[in-house]
Amino acid sequence: MADTRNTTPADDLEDLEDGIPFMQQLLDNPFLLLFLGVVVPTVLYVIWGVMEIVGIPIAK
Amino acid sequence: MSAIQPPEQRIWWKQPIEPLEITWIVVAFIWCLFMFLMMPYWHVFGKQNLANEAYRSTPELFLSKAQAMVDKHKIREETDQKIPVVKPPAGSDVYLVARLWQWWPMLELEAGQTYRLHLMSLDWLHGFSLQPENINIQVHPGYEHILQVSPTRAGTYSIICNEYCGINHHTMVSKLYVVTSK
Amino acid sequence: MAINRLFRTCPMTGLKVHQPAEALIKANAVAAVVSLLVGGILGLLITLTRWQAIHLLPPDWYYLMLTGHGLDMLVFWIIFFEIAILYFAGSVLLGCRLATPRLAWVAFMLMVMGAVINNYAVFRGDSSVMFTSYAPMGAHPTFYLGLILFAVGALIACFVFFGTLVVGKEERTYNGSVPLVTFGAVTAAIIAVFTIASGAIILIPTFFWSIGLVDHIDSLMYRTIWWAFGHSSQQINVSAHVAVWYAIAAIIFGAKPMSEKVSRLAFLLYILFITIASAHHLLVDPGLTSNWKILNTSYALYLAVLASMVHGLTVPGSIEIAQRKKGFTKGLFEWLRKAPWSNPVFSGMFLSLLGFGFLGGISGVIMGVEQLNIIIHNTIYVPGHFHATVVLGTTLAFMAVTYFVIPAIFRRELAFPKIAQWQPYVFALGMTMVSVFMMGAGTLGVPRRHWDITFAGNPLGFEFPGTAHLMMALMGIGGLLAVVGGAMYLLVTVYSVFLGKRIETPGFKTVRVVEGMAPAPTRPAAAALQAHGGAHAWSAPGTFTLAMVFLTAFVLYYFINWKYLSEVWPLK
Repeated sequence: MADTRNTTPADDLEDLEDGIPFMQQLLDNPFLLLFLGVVVPTVLYVIWGVMEIVGIPIAK
Repeated sequence: MSAIQPPEQRIWWKQPIEPLEITWIVVAFIWCLFMFLMMPYWHVFGKQNLANEAYRSTPELFLSKAQAMVDKHKIREETDQKIPVVKPPAGSDVYLVARLWQWWPMLELEAGQTYRLHLMSLDWLHGFSLQPENINIQVHPGYEHILQVSPTRAGTYSIICNEYCGINHHTMVSKLYVVTSK
Repeated sequence: MAINRLFRTCPMTGLKVHQPAEALIKANAVAAVVSLLVGGILGLLITLTRWQAIHLLPPDWYYLMLTGHGLDMLVFWIIFFEIAILYFAGSVLLGCRLATPRLAWVAFMLMVMGAVINNYAVFRGDSSVMFTSYAPMGAHPTFYLGLILFAVGALIACFVFFGTLVVGKEERTYNGSVPLVTFGAVTAAIIAVFTIASGAIILIPTFFWSIGLVDHIDSLMYRTIWWAFGHSSQQINVSAHVAVWYAIAAIIFGAKPMSEKVSRLAFLLYILFITIASAHHLLVDPGLTSNWKILNTSYALYLAVLASMVHGLTVPGSIEIAQRKKGFTKGLFEWLRKAPWSNPVFSGMFLSLLGFGFLGGISGVIMGVEQLNIIIHNTIYVPGHFHATVVLGTTLAFMAVTYFVIPAIFRRELAFPKIAQWQPYVFALGMTMVSVFMMGAGTLGVPRRHWDITFAGNPLGFEFPGTAHLMMALMGIGGLLAVVGGAMYLLVTVYSVFLGKRIETPGFKTVRVVEGMAPAPTRPAAAALQAHGGAHAWSAPGTFTLAMVFLTAFVLYYFINWKYLSEVWPLK
C-alpha cells in the first residue's frame, strides 16, 4: 500500500479543524451519531408504537 | 486512500461526486419515493388493506360473543370433536376463536358477501393463515382484531396456524366453507 | 501510569496490531465459529425434517432444534464475529491500543456464559419457544438469563470499541477522519446499542415474569419491542458486512471508495433509519395504525434501502475503477471476468454482495410493504428472505474475511487451499437454493416453523399442491449442499488455526511502545479538491450496467407481488 501523501508539520492540525464543514464534523463524531441513532428509532418506532398500543380502546 | 485507511484529504466533504454515483442516487431515490407512495395509494384505490380496528378484550368476553353466534347460527357439527359449523348472515359480525390447538367454530360464508371477521386468541399467539388464498394475519391474546372480508370464490378453504404455538402447533388446522349465495 | 502497549507490524498489510486486541479478536472469532458449528448441526437436522420425504426428527426435537438453530446462528455466531470485527476496525485499522482490554475480556466471558446458559436452557427441552420467545409462551428462566448476560457482554464490548475510537483520536494514531471501514463498524456498533437496549427493555421484565415476579406480559407490547431487538440485531449484520465488503475491496484491489461523502452518508442513513424497519414484523398485527406501519416499515421513505442501493453500487464500482487502472479496460466486464475468482476472500465477498442484493434485498423490501405482507407474513418465504440476507449476505462475507484473518491475525497459512477455493461457491449455491425454494414454497402458503405440512392423520388437514412439496425437497437438497459448504469452512478454519503452518517473518519482533510513543501520525496534504479518476469520468460503466439490471429485477418482482395481492379476497 504505497502512498504518496505529503507530510506537513503537525502543528497546523488545529487550524484545519475550523474549516471543516458541519456535516463532516457530524460524521466524524461517533457519540453524536450514537445519540441520533438511538433517539430516532426510539421516538419513531418504540415510543410512537407503545403509545398506539396503550391507546387501543376496550371492547364492549 | 483505500477504505481501510483514513481519507486522504482532511476535508473530504467537499470533494465532487462522480456523475455515475449521482445518477444512481437520483434513480434509486425516485424508486424509493414511488414505493413509499404505493402504500397510501393502495389504501385509497386498492382492495386488500387491513383496517385499524382493534379492541382490548378478555378471553371470557370474546368467547361469550362467539358462543352467542354459534347458538344462533349453527347449521351442523363436524369431526369427532363436534366442532360446530356456523353460517352467519351476510354482513354480520363473525367470531373466530384461536386457542391451543384449534380454530373454533368453523365458518360457512357466502361468496360475494362481506363479513366483519373478529379474530382473537384465548391463550398464546397464533397465526391465521387462509389457504390456498394465502391471507395471513397475526392473532393475539387480549386483542380483538376486526377485518372486513369478502370471499370471492366458492370452495372449501383451510385455516392453518402459522405462528408457532407449542408442541401441537402443526395440528391446529380447520376448514372455512364458502358457498355461492342464493 | 504504565500501560502495556505491545504492537507488531503486520507484514502482509503494514497494519499495526495491538496484541491484547489481537488476542481478543482471536477469542471472539473462535467462539463465533464454535456457535456456527453447533448451529450448523442443528440446521442440518431441521432441514432434513422439513424435507417431507425424510421428516427426520419427532416434533419435540424439531421445535427444540429450530429454537437452538435460530439462537446459535442469528445471535451467537454473528455477534461474536461482529465483536471481533469491531476490535479489528477499531484497534487494528486505527493502529491504536484497544481501550481497557481487561473489560473486553469481562465482556467476552459474559457473552460466553450467556451463550452457554441459553443453550443449556434450550437443550433442557422446556424452552422450545423459538428464537422469538413470544410471550405469553414461556421458557425456563435461564433462557432469558442467558440472553441478558450475552447482551450485557456485547454492550460492554461496543463501548470498548467506542473507547478505542477515543484512544485513537487522543493519541493521534491516525489523522482526520476514521477509515470508511471503521465508520461502517461505528454504524454497526450504534445499531447494536439501540438493539441491546431494546432487548433489555423487554427481556428483563420477561425474565422476572418467568420467575414469577411480574404477572403479565402483553403479547403485542412484547412483539413490538422484541422486534426492535430481533430485527435490529440483523441490521447490525448489514452494516458489519457492508463494512467487510469495503474492507475486502480495499485489501484485494487496493480499491478506494468512489466518494467518502456518499458512502458515509449512506451509513448515516442506516444509523438514522434502518432500525425502524423492525415494523416489518408487525404489519398484520392488530392495534398499530397504518401511519405507524407505513412510516416505520419503509425506513422513512425507504432511505435505508437507498443506502443499501448506494453501497451496492459503490463497492463493485470502486473495484471496477481499481481494476480498470490495472489495465482491465476491455468492454464492460473485463474487470469482473479477470477478478481473482479463485481467491475465496474475493469470491466469497462478491457472492455475498450478489446474494444479499438480488435475493435478500429485493425480497426484504417486498415483504416489508404493508399490504404485500398479508400474502407473506409467517410463511416460509420469511426464512427464505433472511437466509439470503443473514446467511448469503452476512455469513458468507464473514467467511470470506476469515480467509484473510487467518494469515493476518492468527499468523497461520490457510490449510487445504483447494477446499477453501471452492468453499464460497458450494456454500453460496446451497444457500441460494435454500432461499429461493423457501420463498417459492412461501408464495404457495407453506408456513414457517411447522413440523408437518402434510397434516398426516388430521381429518381437517390441508393438502398443499405438489409443487410446494417439490420446493421443500429442493430446499432440502440446497440445505445439504450448504451444510457441506459450511463444513468445508469449518474444516479449513479450524485446521488452519490449530494445526496450520505458522507464518514466520524474518526479523519479526514485538515492540513495546511506551506512553506517548504510539505509532506516529502522518499528515496528509491539505485538501486538493478532486475525486479520484477525475470527477468528469463515467468511470464504472460495468457496475452501472449491473445496477440497472438489479433495478429492473427489483421493479418487475415488485409489481408481480402486487398482482398476486390484487387477486386475493378483498379485505378492509
